[in-house]
Amino acid sequence: MRGLALFLLCLAGPVVAEEPVSGYEFLLPETQALQDDEFANPGMLWVDQGEALWESEGCASCHGDASVSMRGVGAHYPVWSDERGRVVTLDQQINLCRSERLGQDPWAPGSREMTALDAYVMHQSRGLPVAVALDGDEERAAFERGRIYYETPRGQLDLSCANCHVENEGRRLRGEVLSQGQANGFPIYRQLWQDIGSLDRMIRWCHESVRAEPPADGDPVWGDLEFYLRARGNGLVVETPAVRR
Amino acid sequence: MFNTRIRVPETAVAGEAVQIRAMIMHPMDNGFTYTTQGTIIPVDIITDFTCRYLGDEVIHVRLEPGVSANPIFTFSLRATETGPVDFEWIDQHGDVTTASATLTVT
Repeated sequence: MRGLALFLLCLAGPVVAEEPVSGYEFLLPETQALQDDEFANPGMLWVDQGEALWESEGCASCHGDASVSMRGVGAHYPVWSDERGRVVTLDQQINLCRSERLGQDPWAPGSREMTALDAYVMHQSRGLPVAVALDGDEERAAFERGRIYYETPRGQLDLSCANCHVENEGRRLRGEVLSQGQANGFPIYRQLWQDIGSLDRMIRWCHESVRAEPPADGDPVWGDLEFYLRARGNGLVVETPAVRR
Repeated sequence: MFNTRIRVPETAVAGEAVQIRAMIMHPMDNGFTYTTQGTIIPVDIITDFTCRYLGDEVIHVRLEPGVSANPIFTFSLRATETGPVDFEWIDQHGDVTTASATLTVT
């Protein structure tokens, strides 16, 4: 019955690109207030930690003052790398810096340090519009691969990301209002986790929610999907660290 | 030591009640949750929070497992003279985390 309903939903028409709306607009006023409070926003704990890592891990030795050198950088990530032939996300770039320039061991994706530094760098772009470049052929191809992944049903519930976040945006799923699934606030402090999480963690959580297996670690589709998710929110304001339910 | 964020106004007028805020990064595991592998996560909490101004205790809070992660406290103290505002968190293992700021009274 559910499958049939979704099938009919799909027949209703192709997925159309709508005006992007930040997840912030779907929150309760109390949660919005927590995000807006620069002190009480719990995500700022990780931004602080990221700032300490920026100094202690040697980022500052090349990049200097992050508030100058990293202003606007996060808003442009992820980027297509011709050299590597794949999309490079901000997390991956941090690890590339660590292994190739600083001669240190890369951090595990989703580790506390990685998320903290990611949050710190993204935070430097707070208030700037997301501006992922889509002008080249490779960029458009990556966007398209990400879009296909986003719109492909998967898992035991046979749901695609778009089934909820595009076709049913603004409607309720149990007690929750479905957002557009925009990525402009990541890494986010998620109240459900009582912890910060990068986009990776959220994507894994969404897979689990539709009882699907996420792609294997290191699969380039991770980059493509993140590229699509960020690029579809081009023009939204970077909110890192955002507070979400 | 855990990451903390504290906010103490830099200056205050003598007799003024100033707002103090203090937050600590801590999971506050309540002992009722499980890992994805199904093993229980044992209780791991901050048990005591204390703030002292000029060496005198302003507030002392005893925390229980029902408190959510990254606890934040907001309270007032009456400024009398220039001096340190010290914060101290103690977790259940006895580890102490401290932070301090100076309140200048004019």
